[in-house]
Amino acid sequence: FAGLADVSISEDIPVEGEITVPVGSRSPDEDFSTLDEPVRDTIMRDLKAVGKKFVHVMYPKKSSALLRDWDLWGPLVLCVSLALMLQGGSADSKDDGGPQFAEVFVIIWFGAVVITLNSKLLGGTISFFQSLCVLGYCVLPLTVAMLVCRLVLLAGSGTVSFVIRLIVVVAMFGWSTLASTAFLADSQPPNRKALVVYPIFLFYFVISWMILTFTPQ
Amino acid sequence: MATVDDLKFQEFDDAANLLAANPDATTISIDEPVEIPKNQHSHLQEPGREEDDELLGTDDSDKTELLAGQKKSAPFWTFEYYQTFFDVDTYQVLDRIKGSVFPVPGKNFVRLYIRSNPDLYGPFWICATLVFTIAVSGNLSNFFIHLGKPTYHYVPEFRKVSIAATAIYAYAWLIPLALWGFLMWRNSKVMNIVSYSFLEIVCVYGYSLFIYIPTAILWIIPQKVVRWVLVMFSLCLSGSVLVMTFWPAVRDDNRRIALATVGTIVLLHALLAVGCLAYFFDAPELDFPAPIIPAHNGT
Repeated sequence: FAGLADVSISEDIPVEGEITVPVGSRSPDEDFSTLDEPVRDTIMRDLKAVGKKFVHVMYPKKSSALLRDWDLWGPLVLCVSLALMLQGGSADSKDDGGPQFAEVFVIIWFGAVVITLNSKLLGGTISFFQSLCVLGYCVLPLTVAMLVCRLVLLAGSGTVSFVIRLIVVVAMFGWSTLASTAFLADSQPPNRKALVVYPIFLFYFVISWMILTFTPQ
Repeated sequence: MATVDDLKFQEFDDAANLLAANPDATTISIDEPVEIPKNQHSHLQEPGREEDDELLGTDDSDKTELLAGQKKSAPFWTFEYYQTFFDVDTYQVLDRIKGSVFPVPGKNFVRLYIRSNPDLYGPFWICATLVFTIAVSGNLSNFFIHLGKPTYHYVPEFRKVSIAATAIYAYAWLIPLALWGFLMWRNSKVMNIVSYSFLEIVCVYGYSLFIYIPTAILWIIPQKVVRWVLVMFSLCLSGSVLVMTFWPAVRDDNRRIALATVGTIVLLHALLAVGCLAYFFDAPELDFPAPIIPAHNGT
């Protein structure tokens, strides 16, 4: 740096200041180490994030919170509760009854992975886990439908209850598909949107079919 | 010994000036390939090429083969390699589906629609849709058939989904593998003009299964005659697409082998349809009412 040797500060201008780096409003103690805060705070933060995403799914506006901070807790809880509620069919496994717990689990997760791979292979710009997150969270309306179906089946299992269940399941299926399409469609190339939306439709259709055909023993 | 002046780079005068100085010098011009001689050639070659052009498209095939070679250049362990198999737009997929349902006589499905851009989207999702359509329709059809009987308890029969999936995916992927291997083997013995890559065969088979989706939905109707008419109809349509695709690939071979190959393709296709109908859809028992109470119940 030969040129810099010529630079000099004249002696009558005092050089003064502070060397410390200016710190923001956070004191160094709240360094986002969750070991120092009460356990309740840690858990509530995650639960609030999950709950906020549930609300976003039920009222799908164009917010990007679902995509930005993805988490897989919500999908796991939904999947497990849906699979549990789909049990209680025939107790003896010799009967060709409804899907087992493992089958529901595998269908939901494997189906979500396949759809994510499909959208990425077609040129989508969404990341793998973001897409899994969206697809998992949009199972929420169908879980609500399953809950309603079980309650209706407690009352009776005739034609009227079937019609009610049919309407509820169809409505929730439409809601799920529209919600996930609203979140995922923007990240796809424009002339392939239908190619990406169709597998999502098939996925939720299969889950709805499993819910609708649930018959308690 | 060369002087320094001789070794200096000599600027060449303009070609025109040089020619003016020496008009008899030979000249070479390196230009773009001139279009005019082509026209002189073309009407000499045309009568011979027409009949091959339809099915072979040799002009096209050179260019498209080059393109195919350029496309799949990513190594197979990268994600981009697999992205080349999903390089289709919505309208292309719809066109291919249409081409598999309405066979145009004389036109080859592969040359017409696929054109060295085989995709895996169509085969995979058509098979998935077919699996669930057959399982759901079979379940619905059984429900409607046994509806009135008091001893009937509805079960969703979820096991059958995995059986359907195994059968249909095996058909759509193993049969093309066997057929491709067979065609490669015959190609080494008899020089065939037309040969297909493995993915193109998978593509044809996948799209040819599309006709079974509406057929499976219509199989809910519990009439034996209706069901068998549907089987025949869909078999004719998609079978003819398969035959017209694979006949040019084997017709140069020994007559018997060619006929046996095409016959096997159609037979396996029919077997899939009939097998699905027999396994997933109960026979409509509308002819005889099933006796529910045993006759000898003590009187």
